[in-house]
Amino acid sequence: MEKGIDRSNKFGNTLKVGWFLAKRQIKGSNKATTLLIIFIMMLTFLNLVVVSGILVGLIEGGNIANREQYTGDVIIKTLPGEKDIGKTYEITNTLEKMHGVKYFSVRYFEGGQIEANYKTRRDFDTLQDLVSTQITGINIKNEEELSNISDYIVEGEFLKEGESGYIIMGSSLLRRYSADFGDYFASLEGVYPGEEVKVTVGDNTRTFIVKGILDSKVGEVSLRAFITEEDFWRLSDRPGLNGNEISISIIPGATLTSTELKSNLIKAGFENQGKIQTALEAIPDFLNQIKIAFSLLGNVIGLIGIAVASITIFIVIFINAVTRRKYIGIMKGIGISERAIEISYIFQSIFYATLGGLLGLLLVYGGLVPLFLAHPLDFPFSDGILVAPVPDTTFKFFLLLLVTLIAGYIPARRIVKKNTLDSILGR
Amino acid sequence: MIKVKNLHKKYATKHLETLVLKGIDLEVKEGEFLGIMGRSGAGKSTLMYQMSLLDHPSGGEILIDGANTENMSPKERTQMRLGTLGYVFQDYALIPELTASENVMIPLLMRGNTLKEAKDIADGVLGKIGLSHRIENKPSQLSGGEQQRVAVARAMAHDPKILFADEPTANLDTVSGESVIELFEELHKKGQTIVMVTHEDEYAKYCDRIVYLEDGKIVKESRKK
Repeated sequence: MEKGIDRSNKFGNTLKVGWFLAKRQIKGSNKATTLLIIFIMMLTFLNLVVVSGILVGLIEGGNIANREQYTGDVIIKTLPGEKDIGKTYEITNTLEKMHGVKYFSVRYFEGGQIEANYKTRRDFDTLQDLVSTQITGINIKNEEELSNISDYIVEGEFLKEGESGYIIMGSSLLRRYSADFGDYFASLEGVYPGEEVKVTVGDNTRTFIVKGILDSKVGEVSLRAFITEEDFWRLSDRPGLNGNEISISIIPGATLTSTELKSNLIKAGFENQGKIQTALEAIPDFLNQIKIAFSLLGNVIGLIGIAVASITIFIVIFINAVTRRKYIGIMKGIGISERAIEISYIFQSIFYATLGGLLGLLLVYGGLVPLFLAHPLDFPFSDGILVAPVPDTTFKFFLLLLVTLIAGYIPARRIVKKNTLDSILGR
Repeated sequence: MIKVKNLHKKYATKHLETLVLKGIDLEVKEGEFLGIMGRSGAGKSTLMYQMSLLDHPSGGEILIDGANTENMSPKERTQMRLGTLGYVFQDYALIPELTASENVMIPLLMRGNTLKEAKDIADGVLGKIGLSHRIENKPSQLSGGEQQRVAVARAMAHDPKILFADEPTANLDTVSGESVIELFEELHKKGQTIVMVTHEDEYAKYCDRIVYLEDGKIVKESRKK
């Protein structure tokens, strides 16, 4: 074997020695300390991902609920100034033939009033128990397929196809569900399944039996009252059969996206018949603004976490390097390059950050995301989930790596740069 | 092999300037075993630090194989320490978390040997000095004498041209000290150039030549008869 070979100028040798030293230093280090550092790195990563993820998830949870329960992937609404969506029949015919469309539901609504407790009203001097709302006629089968609306019934039952004379009340119309909003919205006292209410649309008034109470965090659902399509036409005087909303869902994983569906409907000439929006476009702008603000806030909190983690790594490496200054001097003395020694510390920092980050990733995707999906955070306006998109999380993982790499390099460089002989002699 | 010309070294603080080496002229020939002796504070270790490129002199020249080391960049000095020189320190200076074998391997890896090559060479050298049963032991599991022998193995593994030893027996008992010096003697017989600082007269007999330092100057020189 050739002992005298000298390929010491190669950067590969520097890396090799750096890795060799780092591996043995980690192996030789105190296990409890190593675990503690990895734990801190994991918490930092979680802080970086989870805080902003939950803040954004509060809004995102609302957006998802809005899409699932109300808009579908694309919604067509009545144009401003118009009474309904023109050519509803042609639109639905087109949708039936369109590739990639899964379900759609046409909703018909008119502004109306619901009166409750009129049987127990003692005299005509007391105020009527009235609430104004949109009386919404739906095709039971279509709406159920699109939004699984019956899943949100909290009292009584949902409507059945073919039945008449029954109404589903949105929970926000009832005082017991909307006490918090009492000052903002009128609401009805009592009103339980089986009770009778009077529904007035225009000049027509009919009595309906409350069949169920629908509770949803989507305002457009919980602030409405639902009757069957047939009952709606019996109650309403309006001419024609045009609808007021058409919510459309697409087949998950299909090549058709919501943007393409919207574009297809526009190409088909329906832009002048109704306002066509994707689910994202239908979200009120202020919610998107809140989402951006929450995301920013989460990132600021995350960055504070990163600063703490980098200081931790700095201190750990600094103490390690200071206590090993003599050995660093000896290594330099026997010809180990400064770069190799620095790299050994960089590898150690990367080791801590990688392991902490990987544990964090495992916890986020293996535990927290599924947990929040199964048990969302109960907020008044949404069911908060944990939003952790893979590209964002990957970026944060590498950000943590980069920061700890720098935090490990700086103290190592400071110690390695010291005079070799002074280091060896401890001067 | 090494030429030292008019070497000066001073240490200066804000209020005090101490001249430790005062114009040393010295030549070390190839294959020579040179001893540097003197009382404590005479400047013998300081002289060795300058000659072995661990420190910079304040004045004068050091030529190794004809190359003026003062004109070298820090990187070139590191390269020379790695390729041409070997070191044995008084307190063994082994890296505590590395095994005996790994301690010997580091300079070899830095020189470009693969892990396997370095391991084979290290174990071979340790075997030659009677430590084959200790190769996987860490320094804390070795006696002082064994640690110093590992340090010698580390210094010798890459066949350096010059071996520097700074009081290598100072921390050892007589038996261990003897064994280390005998190891040096063995290397010297094979043609190794050795520069050793010592204050122990009993080991002087192994040296070809001894220079005596006093107050930063060579005051006496003696050769083996």
